[in-house]
Amino acid sequence: MSASNLPDRRVGGLVPALLLVLALGWLALVIGAPLATVLAEAFSKGMGTFLATFHEPDALAAIRLTLLVAAVAVPLNAAFGLAAAWSIAKFEFRGRSLLLTLIDLPLSLSPVVSGLVWVLLFGARGWFGPWLEGAGIRVIFAVPGIVLGTILVTVPLIARELIPLMAEQGTDEELAATTLGAGGWTVFRRVTLPNVRWALLHGVLLCNARAMGEFGAVSVVSGHIRGLTDTLPLHVEALYNDYDFVGAFAAATLLAGLAVVTLVAKTVLERAMPMAIR
Amino acid sequence: MTLTIDGVYKQFGRFPALAGVTLEVRDGEFLALLGPSGSGKTTLLRVLAGLDKPDHGCVWLDGVDFLALSARERRIGLVFQHYALFRHMTAARNIAFGLEVRPRALRPSRAQIAARVEELLSLAQIEGLGGRYPAQLSGGQRQRVAVARALAVEPRLLLLDEPFGALDSKVRKELRGELRRIHDATGVTTILVTHDQEEAMALADRVVLMNHGRIEQIGAPAELDAAPASPFVFTFLGETNRLACEVAAGVARFEGFAAPVICPVQPADGPAVALFRPEDTRLDAGPRAEGLPARVADIRGRGPVRSITCQVLSGQRLVAEIAEAAAERFEIGQRVHVTVRRVVLDAGESGRRGALVEPASPVRLTA
Repeated sequence: MSASNLPDRRVGGLVPALLLVLALGWLALVIGAPLATVLAEAFSKGMGTFLATFHEPDALAAIRLTLLVAAVAVPLNAAFGLAAAWSIAKFEFRGRSLLLTLIDLPLSLSPVVSGLVWVLLFGARGWFGPWLEGAGIRVIFAVPGIVLGTILVTVPLIARELIPLMAEQGTDEELAATTLGAGGWTVFRRVTLPNVRWALLHGVLLCNARAMGEFGAVSVVSGHIRGLTDTLPLHVEALYNDYDFVGAFAAATLLAGLAVVTLVAKTVLERAMPMAIR
Repeated sequence: MTLTIDGVYKQFGRFPALAGVTLEVRDGEFLALLGPSGSGKTTLLRVLAGLDKPDHGCVWLDGVDFLALSARERRIGLVFQHYALFRHMTAARNIAFGLEVRPRALRPSRAQIAARVEELLSLAQIEGLGGRYPAQLSGGQRQRVAVARALAVEPRLLLLDEPFGALDSKVRKELRGELRRIHDATGVTTILVTHDQEEAMALADRVVLMNHGRIEQIGAPAELDAAPASPFVFTFLGETNRLACEVAAGVARFEGFAAPVICPVQPADGPAVALFRPEDTRLDAGPRAEGLPARVADIRGRGPVRSITCQVLSGQRLVAEIAEAAAERFEIGQRVHVTVRRVVLDAGESGRRGALVEPASPVRLTA
């Protein structure tokens, strides 16, 4: 995959060079500039003010909540993604394409809708709301709702990474393992899972980044109770609305940092992936 | 260890992949399932491996109902067409897999497994490659690992699904000999699925020739050559020439010569089409020679045998395979006379006329 058979960039004369400049310029404008602004604003009143943002209890609570949501949503989606990808890629069954479509649905759905459906289901006037109220369980404007909203938005991310790979790998190795005497669980643990571990890790990274950064769906179900139901992205918005620009941008730096770390980790992963698995 | 396959029938949609197959595989035998694609040979292998269930019919291994066992319980060694090596494990780990996944009580110790892996690596003649991943091995080496992995569990049956399909012809010939050597060294009953008649005839003790889900003929390679049960068997096993003839009392008469018919069941006397092999075709350049007059059109080939194409007066072309020394007497444009040593009669339009092995048990409608 490394040495490509593409012609040298210089072969095409001026056109490739122009396209390259255009692409780089566009990236600098729409990604580089905003990122630079975030950093500039965050540090505009010096390091001290920047750090002070993270000493506030509300900010700490937001960070903690964000980590908690990701810690619940990512493993659940990993488990679901594995199960769904396994069944879709390795078996023929009725409703297979329906399942595929459903998995893709959140990608084309506005996150606001992903939040609203939970309000519709579990809100005070939702279908199950009164019943849950009676049982003393709060979903909407509480942590469970935030987790549900995040899960719905991030459902496709891991499954999508796994399905094409598993489909390409086929079932021969699993059949071979079975004829060698391995049981279903052993086959999964020793053959299926190791064969997709890099793709799984890749999916988990993407899912985690999205889970921590999700705004739309979470905003609908959270209720914006500071220190209680504000995740980091919501906290950024709250600070911004309070005209605490340094605070907002400082918190935003954390989120941007997460994106950069994810990207780096992704690149490192792709480099480290052994040839045998690619 | 005798494997008995009795009336196995399997249908995919409306198409019977196995239309009643009955066969006994002898202990320690090297058997080849040979046939064109769609003949049912792979389906039969999958039934034996436990990857497909037949609609009806039985399979017994030493009196034990084999079909009642799952693929996992059958203890067979299966070598896949593309080997299906575990890509994330080294060759050694691949080979050890079948031993490592045994329940604790039956699992050999680490040292025993390591010793067995070494033994198999050396049996397959890939010592020193145990640490490589499948992606780091050549096609031939992968096949050796696949065979070693299948043998690690001391299988009751070794099943090979077109194991040479993905290899170039030189490696293929070499590995053919290897496979036979491994079979002889281990004595494991082996069933090879292939569409390559040369491979089947070179390797197997007995060849089962299949067509349309049925067995056309079972026999040692020499038997199949000497007494093909049907025109299909004859044409599938080698090159054939075709020539019109007149049949009477087991002899095919041509213009200027006659030849015995070797296919045991023959169509009624009268006009027919004879099939015969290039190596059974003789050319004579002598002035008073007997046979069908023809003219040499082309001489090709190298090594000990030449292919000489002749054109008979009707315009039809025949190929004769002639030993190199004898072939030197011929040149393009020369007049020759053709005679044929033995022929098989084409079944013609009716398709299966002339088959000796009738389709085994008729399709049973109840299970």
